[in-house]
Amino acid sequence: MILRLLAGSARGRLLLAIGLFLALALPWMIYPPIAMDIACWALFAVSVDLLLGFTGLLSFGHAAFWGSSAYVSGLLAVHVGLPFPVAVLGGALFAAVIAVPIGYLAVRLSGIYFAMVTLAFAQMIYFIANQWRDVTGGENGLQGIPREMFGVDLSDSFVFYYVGLPIVLLGLLLAWRIVRSPFGRVLVSIRDNPSRARALGYPVDRYRLLSFVLSAFLAGLAGGLFAISHGFASLQEVYWTTSGNAVMMVVLGGIGTLWGGVIGAALVVQLNDYLSTSEFDGIGIVTGSIFIVIVLVFRKGIWGTARDLLAPRLKRKRPGGAKSPGDDPAPAPAPDVNAPA
Amino acid sequence: MLQQAFNGLVGGAFYALLALGLSVIFGMLGVVNFAHGAFYMLGAFTSYVLLDSYGVNFWAALVVVPVALGVVGIVLERLFIRRLTPLDPLYNFLFTFGLTLILQDLVKREYGVQSQPYPRPSALSGTLDLGLFTYPAYQVFVLGVSVLVCLLVWFVLVRTRVGMVVRAATERPELTRALGIDVGRWVTPVFGFGIALAGLAGVLAAPMRAVNPLMGADLIIVVFAVVVIGGLGSLFGSVAAGFTIGLVSALGNYYVPALSQTLVFILMAAVLLWRPAGLFGREEAL
Repeated sequence: MILRLLAGSARGRLLLAIGLFLALALPWMIYPPIAMDIACWALFAVSVDLLLGFTGLLSFGHAAFWGSSAYVSGLLAVHVGLPFPVAVLGGALFAAVIAVPIGYLAVRLSGIYFAMVTLAFAQMIYFIANQWRDVTGGENGLQGIPREMFGVDLSDSFVFYYVGLPIVLLGLLLAWRIVRSPFGRVLVSIRDNPSRARALGYPVDRYRLLSFVLSAFLAGLAGGLFAISHGFASLQEVYWTTSGNAVMMVVLGGIGTLWGGVIGAALVVQLNDYLSTSEFDGIGIVTGSIFIVIVLVFRKGIWGTARDLLAPRLKRKRPGGAKSPGDDPAPAPAPDVNAPA
Repeated sequence: MLQQAFNGLVGGAFYALLALGLSVIFGMLGVVNFAHGAFYMLGAFTSYVLLDSYGVNFWAALVVVPVALGVVGIVLERLFIRRLTPLDPLYNFLFTFGLTLILQDLVKREYGVQSQPYPRPSALSGTLDLGLFTYPAYQVFVLGVSVLVCLLVWFVLVRTRVGMVVRAATERPELTRALGIDVGRWVTPVFGFGIALAGLAGVLAAPMRAVNPLMGADLIIVVFAVVVIGGLGSLFGSVAAGFTIGLVSALGNYYVPALSQTLVFILMAAVLLWRPAGLFGREEAL
């Protein structure tokens, strides 16, 4: 896989260098706040792909973690006055903590039911955020989140990008390490054949839960940074369309490619920015159409397609059996017959 | 108290109709139709437009709108859903999610986000004396229609040959096919029927709920929770859970107002903890 390339080959190092260069050059090329948005959404999308592409679980409720971390990071920065990286870390830890009960219940179901249950729990978090006005500000959102660290004012978006970027890069590095680790290989085996993984003695549900919590932590890092960058956290952050957006970035970039989500995020954020500044009123019509077109004819996504085009030239041996939902046409996976009682 | 319980049953009537449609579609096609809420919204909006622009009254809408949406569903299944059913179910989920965004924003562009008025049909504008308390006649009518439709569906499923085939195909598609029954023939009509049920719920909702583009989206997520509680793939479970959840959340709202919106999700968590397959679901259906 591409990850293997990144570690060893010259081409991998080249890709890594290009990626880092683009990340550093981004605020010169586009409006810096948008660059920060892209970085945050990229980490969010990668966190969703960690579950969808490498554990085989579609979470349609990741806004719960992105959004709750946005609120908690904001609250920590407003009321406690913590330096923003600490506030973001606090938010991400909070997201990981609430992911434990949600994940514990959700991993009892697999496939499409998992998506339904995570969506439902995320909606519960949305209702709580909406009702708990004293803390979250209800429909007004949590406003006036300071953007500073140890008394240094970071309100310049250009400067803030470079201070915030390391958090995103560390998050991406963590995701990459997880996928490359023995733990990540077990996750892939669970994705491909849960029954066999269980027969080999792996506690499938515990692995799924851990993957879910790690993914929530990464989504939380991204969401917290997003809130600090914008100076407010709104109900939009915990709404189901936010979960849908992240899933769309992953599918557009390519499920199970990890870095595809980064590309998906870059495109979708720019598209949304373009649409919201244009006269056209109906972002949903455009994003919904893109969703439909990708699902109908472009299921491998951008990274997946590029990888397949490059594959013959690289004479790459594909690790056996690493089939992702993006590898079409694949038969519908066998139902998880021995789901736990 | 009793009145609260009745309110709950009326709310449950909508859950039941929507959950029934979702379950029928899920059972037959293995598709979780995210756009179900959007079709409910379209049902309400179409009746509003029919009345407002063409003077078509409620009673006509009650028949015309579900049929029209059913046809839309059939076309949708033939053109798109069918291509994705052999793949991982998540693709159809994402497809219907995209469809929801489109439908919602199309309506929003045309009519804005504010709620449109829809008068109650004059025959049902009064109140009924139910002995212990009086109650708006329209709400009683909604409850009656929902119960009637659920009973009708039950009758068709249990007492007719068509129902037998659909039931068999819903619960054991491979086995039914192996017995020489053409399951594929029933897929499209069943999908259309499920969408028609969502449309019917929408028409019924128009005179008593706010008719706006977002009315379906939040509701459908609650209905997902209802379906998970009732039992995945169990038609009876969906209907029973629909009415029960309506009742329980109304009573919960009465005693603990702070929990009104979250209660259904707490119930879902409890059911997942205790019986992951849902109250009436089979373990192997997971």
